[in-house]
Amino acid sequence: MTALRQIAFYGKGGIGKSTTSQNTLAALVEMGQKILIVGCDPKADSTRLILNCKLQDTVLHLAAEAGSVEDLELADVMKIGYKGIKCTESGGPEPGVGCAGRGVITAINFLEENGAYDDVDYVSYDVLGDVVCGGFAMPIRENKAQEIYIVMSGEMMALYAANNIAKGILKYAHSGGVRLGGLICNERQTDKELELSEALAGRLGTKLIHFVPRDNIVQHAELRRQTVIEYAPDSKQAQEYRDLATKIHNNSGQGTIPTPITMEELEEMLMDFGIIKSDEQALAELAAKEAAAAAAK
Amino acid sequence: MSLDYTNDKELHEKLISDVLAEFPEKAAKKRKKHLGVSSTTGECDVKSNVKSVPGVMTVRGCAYAGSKGVVWGPIKDMVHISHGPVGCGQYSWSQRRNYYIGKTGVDSFVTMQFTSDFQERDIVFGGDKKLEKLIDEVEVLFPLNKGISIQSECPIGLIGDDIEAVARKKGKEHNKPVVPVRCEGFRGVSQSLGHHIANDAVRDWVFEKTDSKWEAGPYDVNIIGDYNIGGDAWASRILLEEMGLNVISQWSGDATLSEIERGPKGKLNLIHCYRSMNYICRHMEEKYGVPWMEYNFFGPSQIEASLRAIAKQFDETIQANAEKVIAKYRPLVDAVTEKFRPRLEGKTVMLYVGGLRPRHVVTAYEDLGMEIVGTGYEFAHNDDYQRTQHYVKDGTLVYDDVSGYELEKFIERVRPDLVGSGIKEKYPVQKMGIPFRQMHSWDYSGPYHGYDGFAIFARDMDLAINNPIWSMHKTPWKAA
Repeated sequence: MTALRQIAFYGKGGIGKSTTSQNTLAALVEMGQKILIVGCDPKADSTRLILNCKLQDTVLHLAAEAGSVEDLELADVMKIGYKGIKCTESGGPEPGVGCAGRGVITAINFLEENGAYDDVDYVSYDVLGDVVCGGFAMPIRENKAQEIYIVMSGEMMALYAANNIAKGILKYAHSGGVRLGGLICNERQTDKELELSEALAGRLGTKLIHFVPRDNIVQHAELRRQTVIEYAPDSKQAQEYRDLATKIHNNSGQGTIPTPITMEELEEMLMDFGIIKSDEQALAELAAKEAAAAAAK
Repeated sequence: MSLDYTNDKELHEKLISDVLAEFPEKAAKKRKKHLGVSSTTGECDVKSNVKSVPGVMTVRGCAYAGSKGVVWGPIKDMVHISHGPVGCGQYSWSQRRNYYIGKTGVDSFVTMQFTSDFQERDIVFGGDKKLEKLIDEVEVLFPLNKGISIQSECPIGLIGDDIEAVARKKGKEHNKPVVPVRCEGFRGVSQSLGHHIANDAVRDWVFEKTDSKWEAGPYDVNIIGDYNIGGDAWASRILLEEMGLNVISQWSGDATLSEIERGPKGKLNLIHCYRSMNYICRHMEEKYGVPWMEYNFFGPSQIEASLRAIAKQFDETIQANAEKVIAKYRPLVDAVTEKFRPRLEGKTVMLYVGGLRPRHVVTAYEDLGMEIVGTGYEFAHNDDYQRTQHYVKDGTLVYDDVSGYELEKFIERVRPDLVGSGIKEKYPVQKMGIPFRQMHSWDYSGPYHGYDGFAIFARDMDLAINNPIWSMHKTPWKAA
């Protein structure tokens, strides 16, 4: 048996982390890998497509009912989904109360201590949004995930978030050995998206591991609570995810320590691509517009 | 009876530079500003109320300690909930010996400990529901409570629980004041901010939300900042009453919530502990026009001066009464002084206490012929050090938020005849062969306020200093 690989998917909220990760993992399981998914999001939607339903029995929900996590059994919280993928969700409080970050820490410790990681080839963490606090950095810390895959797109805020996550990885890279596996661009059909993604990957000292094209079939599958792999195994999109899965599988040990850039550098990069304009340029254009309007009168 | 002496300025300045020489450069630079030697011509300008230097072993407390332990805790007919994990409530349980009259567990709750005992799930899912349940249970178990305060421990601020919403809801349901206090321990640099936050909670949740039916009389006064440690407030109160004043509230030693509510109806606020309750007095002055003045009931010199100063705020009858009170207790003072002064004359004292006593007890020692060679505060502000200037003699060593190392070295080199400080200092000092009295808790004795307190104070200092043990602590098998 090969050594256990622990990977994690991070990225801006709503970027498609859960969709991308579940499709990729469904492709990996086809390749004969044994997989455990650890959903680290209070919304508990990291395993919905694998289980074909929303997992109700989250670690924290059950722990709260039973009294504490010490009162739980692993079997209570682990469900088996598509082709034997083991699924768990940390769960967490309703929005606006409590501390979801602490919940992630509690849940991961519970899973690890109770042997959830035994007899699997892959553990995959799906973490919500940005790394807002220590709790959501848990999968990066303490030698958990070795490779982080950042899901992003050509949108500015997604680039910002990717850079921020790289900062988080850098913080723990020297103490824990976590590495940046690469960027995954989930196409939004913005301007020069592929070039921009590749450029950012270059600046961060990593690579764009795959460019996942936009395809409506993903939504169709998702509405049926399925991955594309399951819903339309012969589709072109399914093949894209298989490609991504193969690349990740072959990426073992090739992660890098990221080199995040400053806000100014990021903005400069966007200016170079003409995505945003410099102040001078914007002023000049505004002046030209006003002049044109005046001339028209 | 004030004593005339000066301290060894050169020695103290050398002590400071010697101690600082042992610190790393950066720490020494910071600590230098907190150490000084007093001079009657200059300002007592040590720096204060800033963050402690890491690694120096400060003995400061936290905001929760300032609110729950000091200001709110002594209000006897309220239930004070330590909201958060169990430790903060458990280890601060009955720490300050705030005496009170009442049936504990029936109508008074000071020496009881209430906590929401946070577990992991309360952190993750929030503790508001648990808090609601706890308040309901308190109502069932202790129906004679007059109100509830919620004292926030650190996690409440971290996870952002909405305790104000709970307080409003439960206050309405049970028709009594439920006061949320945002005194999370990580706020501020010491317990001092906790006092301020607690004062603000009185303003916003007691004054603003309750209406006292008290009918004000011309001689109504409030005792502010007396926590009745070992019965201090009682020993103070009788003097005020004997001179014809009507003490309508004690903030907050042996206090009821009604007393706090009627505070603004007083004619005058008399502040003993300025540091912990000046905020609410300033508010009462601004909003309700209640003037305030500080007084000092430690030792006969200060008591006499204070009684006269207080009486001056009232008519001639009160002023005459004040003289009668002073005359009445003169024989007691004379007897105490006659007995103890010869035993204590010329003994030197170093103090390190909280926010009031480092200056307030100075004259009490001097009344017994003792000399203060060094003094300092844990959590004072600049205005406290300004006030200290009027108490201490030239050349007194002054130390703010003193570190374990500094204090130990100062004591070692000065070798005073007595050190007055807290439990954390007590045993190291005694092991150095130097008599010690706890000046936070009166070493389980007291009261020390008022004339009655002076007698006990004098006896206790004599017991400590002239204890025969100090002649026996030299190692017998070592040659002298």
